[in-house]
Amino acid sequence: MQLWLIPAFPLAGFLINGLLGRRASKGFINAVAIGSVLLSFAWVLKTIMGLGDVSSRYVEHYFTWIQSGALQVNFDFAVDRLTVVMLLVVTGVGALIHIYSVGYMGHEGGYYRFFAYLNLFMFFMLTLVLAANYLVLFVGWEGVGLCSYLLIGFYFLRQSATNAGNKAFIVNRIGDFGFSLAIFLVFLNFGTLDFGGVFANVPGKPETLLNTIGLLLLVGACGKSAQIPLYVWLPDAMEGPTPVSALIHAATMVTAGVYMVARSNVIYIHAPVAQEAVALIGLATAFFSATIGLLQNDIKKIFAYSTVSQLGYMFVGAGVGAFSAGIYHLVTHAFFKALLFLGSGSVIHALSGEQDVRRMGGLAKKIPWTFWTMLCAAVAIAGVPPFSGFYSKDMILAAAYQRAPWIYWVGAITAGLTAFYVFRAIFLAFFGAYRGHEHPHESPPVMILPLAALAFLSLAGGFLFDVPQFLERLFPPIEESHDVTLVAVSVAIGLAGIGLAALFYVVKPSLPDSLAASFSGVYKLIYNKYFVDEIYDAAVVKPVVNGSRSLLWKGVDVGLIDAGVNGLGWSARGIGGILRLLQSGSIRSYATWVVFGSVVLMVAMAMAGGVR
Amino acid sequence: MYASLVPTSAEMIRFLPELILTVVATLFMVLDPLLGRQSRHVYGHFSILALLGAMAAAVYVYRDPGAAFSGMLMVDGFATFFRVVVIGVGILTVLPSYRYLDREDAETGEYHALLLFSIVGQCVMVTANELIMIFIGLEISSIASYVLAGYLRDDRRANEAALKYFLLGSFATAFFLYGVALIYGMTGSTNLATVRRAILGGSLGSAPIFIGVAAALMFVGLGFKVSGAPFQIWAPDVYQGAPTPVAAFLSAGPKAAAFAIFLRIFLTAFQPIGPGWEPLVWVSALASMTLGNFAALTQSNIKRLLAYSSIAHAGYVLVALAARSNVGTAAAMFYMAAYAFMNIGAFAVVSHLSGKGERYLKVEDFAGLGAKQPGTAALLSIFLLSLIGVPLTGGFFGKFYIFKAALDSHLVWLTVLGLLNSAVAAYYYLRILVMMYMREPGEAASRIQPLTPGLRAALVLPALGTLVLGIFPGWVLDFAGRSSVFVR
Repeated sequence: MQLWLIPAFPLAGFLINGLLGRRASKGFINAVAIGSVLLSFAWVLKTIMGLGDVSSRYVEHYFTWIQSGALQVNFDFAVDRLTVVMLLVVTGVGALIHIYSVGYMGHEGGYYRFFAYLNLFMFFMLTLVLAANYLVLFVGWEGVGLCSYLLIGFYFLRQSATNAGNKAFIVNRIGDFGFSLAIFLVFLNFGTLDFGGVFANVPGKPETLLNTIGLLLLVGACGKSAQIPLYVWLPDAMEGPTPVSALIHAATMVTAGVYMVARSNVIYIHAPVAQEAVALIGLATAFFSATIGLLQNDIKKIFAYSTVSQLGYMFVGAGVGAFSAGIYHLVTHAFFKALLFLGSGSVIHALSGEQDVRRMGGLAKKIPWTFWTMLCAAVAIAGVPPFSGFYSKDMILAAAYQRAPWIYWVGAITAGLTAFYVFRAIFLAFFGAYRGHEHPHESPPVMILPLAALAFLSLAGGFLFDVPQFLERLFPPIEESHDVTLVAVSVAIGLAGIGLAALFYVVKPSLPDSLAASFSGVYKLIYNKYFVDEIYDAAVVKPVVNGSRSLLWKGVDVGLIDAGVNGLGWSARGIGGILRLLQSGSIRSYATWVVFGSVVLMVAMAMAGGVR
Repeated sequence: MYASLVPTSAEMIRFLPELILTVVATLFMVLDPLLGRQSRHVYGHFSILALLGAMAAAVYVYRDPGAAFSGMLMVDGFATFFRVVVIGVGILTVLPSYRYLDREDAETGEYHALLLFSIVGQCVMVTANELIMIFIGLEISSIASYVLAGYLRDDRRANEAALKYFLLGSFATAFFLYGVALIYGMTGSTNLATVRRAILGGSLGSAPIFIGVAAALMFVGLGFKVSGAPFQIWAPDVYQGAPTPVAAFLSAGPKAAAFAIFLRIFLTAFQPIGPGWEPLVWVSALASMTLGNFAALTQSNIKRLLAYSSIAHAGYVLVALAARSNVGTAAAMFYMAAYAFMNIGAFAVVSHLSGKGERYLKVEDFAGLGAKQPGTAALLSIFLLSLIGVPLTGGFFGKFYIFKAALDSHLVWLTVLGLLNSAVAAYYYLRILVMMYMREPGEAASRIQPLTPGLRAALVLPALGTLVLGIFPGWVLDFAGRSSVFVR
């Protein structure tokens, strides 16, 4: 099947653009960057055709990567139905976003660098989803992280962008630490890292062990997928160019944690505590970040908190045992959230960089294509039937109700909040009177086309792709429930959210301010994102920095280590100086040295070697 | 057993790589007086073609492994591995030589002919299955390299280097030959497997003491060739005086071949008296690492620094020999491949930077290279990091596998001391990195020439090799592991 070709195309694109792009024309760079992703997409389709209905796991072995004692890690790729879904999302949505970027990045410096990184990201992301064992997955995992940091800090002359890149890097280290501990534990207890080998032996292992592994994997997933308490990096990551926010920080990379949890579903099913933790962390994240989203004014930040919240939804799905519903939501979310980001990119593009919704308004007539496509995404994410978000969200909520009704209720209220903040952004940006100074202009067709394609998918993706049925055999079955009341209630809450947003921002625009005044305490708390960044800063960052500076740097490093090393260094150089004397340059003394050495050797061998 | 003295065609084909190289080298000798100076690059082009052909042949003949010429040569995985390594070293030596020979205004025909002859000798060494063939290969390789070391006739240092190399080299080879003679006298054979059987058979009467002496004599000869302590003393003077591409060659090609026969002789013929020679290798390994690393700390001349570093690296490989196991052999094989890449790469940068007449060889001359030629500096950083043994480079996995093999063989102290040694080594490599990136450009960096295509290839290929070995060590290690069983 030559699965390796799927990531190889973008890698080749990265190498070509990275090495030759500086001098190449834009046309060449576009052809290489988009062409490689399209080829990869085509190869995914061909692979799927070749595999038929992918009823079993198909593995391709390339070579033994690391062999050391009992540790044997193969460089293997594997395809099952879960991988198929991920491959289609990554290459399909990825290709659309690459095309969009041609228009969006057209006026930016570092054009070739941007596309080289983007292709490198595709390579690592495809490696991640194709991996047949935890270590290869980890390679992709770290690789997408690397690209993410590089692209967040793409405008590296801007201090805030560099800081955001650093923040993402450092927060993810915590998650990756947990993930690597999980990998060590898996190897210690299963003797292999291969998915097949590990999952076959999960039943029968002690529950404490599985819970520990599951919780550590969850720590890793929390870092990558921006869940409480490690979500803080994702809103800042919006410093990167908007197509990056769409591709990496909405549609693909941040869902890697959900994918990893779904991939490890066998472990979670046998680890009730860890699975419970997945559901609770997901639910808490979904709810809290949705409330933060209510009061944000930067259009990208609104959608960033929305992404965190929706990722929480996916974790709830996995946590209540509805893995296929979680993946379903991952797919639909990739459509409508990529569209929301690309659409807001189009708005920002139209307003020459303005991101504050308070300085927009009335854009519906000025940039109609952007407006209508974004409206499609908004109804999808708000859970309005029969659009894509409705299907996946409803499925997660139904499964949650089976597990515990209160999870359903929190989830349904979150859905209402989601509908509210998304339509708040839509109403503020596109309705009312224009409050800005720039002259808005519609984006070029190369940007509109991907928007239209994603709009179609956001509307119709739900019933076009029945992901749960496709994944049926891979995961434990979800208890079917056809409780119409539950569906009706959650839809009603969603519509109420839209209605409230319309009331607040279209019908009576003075209402929000008066509400903010009467609930000023709550307002300030939420407006400042619960002060989480400030708390982390005071509780973690400052003590670590100060401690490192005064104790570790000035105390331990300078006082102890440097002094010790310098002392050692001087004595080492002293020895070196003595050795130098041996090297007189005189050939006679060299020959004497050889004779001396050989006599010692021969005596030693005659004494020790010959006599047995 | 030896039915016919006329070799069959299958046997001739197993000798194909050596044949190709010999024919081309001889043609160079004949054509050199006929062709004018205009065609001075022709020899380099044809050398590369011949070496590529020989490498392809070496890989091709492995499809039908076996003995040749009445069992004197043995084409097996082990031999094929080292054939590819020494031929690859040849290619990586030819590439920077174009620019070097132009710059020093030296003849090219003889140079390439000598290089090819030396590689032929090394190929014979690594395929040889008995002591006389090994000796012949050793001499073919050595004599050509003596001349190469002094190739710049008008350079006083090169002359001195060549003379020292020749005198001490012949001295050491004599020791080796005495060892061979003793073995033949006692066992009546020079075939490695037969010698081993004779030692195991215990039919040597009162002779075992002389087996030990013979092993010691050979150890002297081979220790000299791999520049292991206490026979390392020639290396700094010779590397410093020899033309830089030749120094690169000497540090990788002849050394790899010498280690190949070291492993073959000591793990095949002298395997039964292993417990006897293991302490010697132990001491020699530790002494090489310590001497090399500590002496390198105070060097200001970059070629001398790399010479001492190559002594230290010989020490690491001796650790693998001391492990006396298949894992150790595989680790040594892997290390030689990784070392060939990183060391030739580092020497190629030195050759590029040193300028006409090799004026700029101080460590200080690397100051500001990172600003002046970032590409070159980045590649040199890869080589230096690999020499230190930083992960994601071939040097890391080389050291990792060697010390793991040592631990598996319960050589705990040697492992600990070796690891401490590599920590010391980090200092003098990092000093170069600091110079490149944290100092203002000096005279050398401001006079640096742009890279020629040959030099670019000479830098990029080893860097790629270093990284591939560091990221996918399994590819090479697998083969080395499977081949190591032939040395038994």
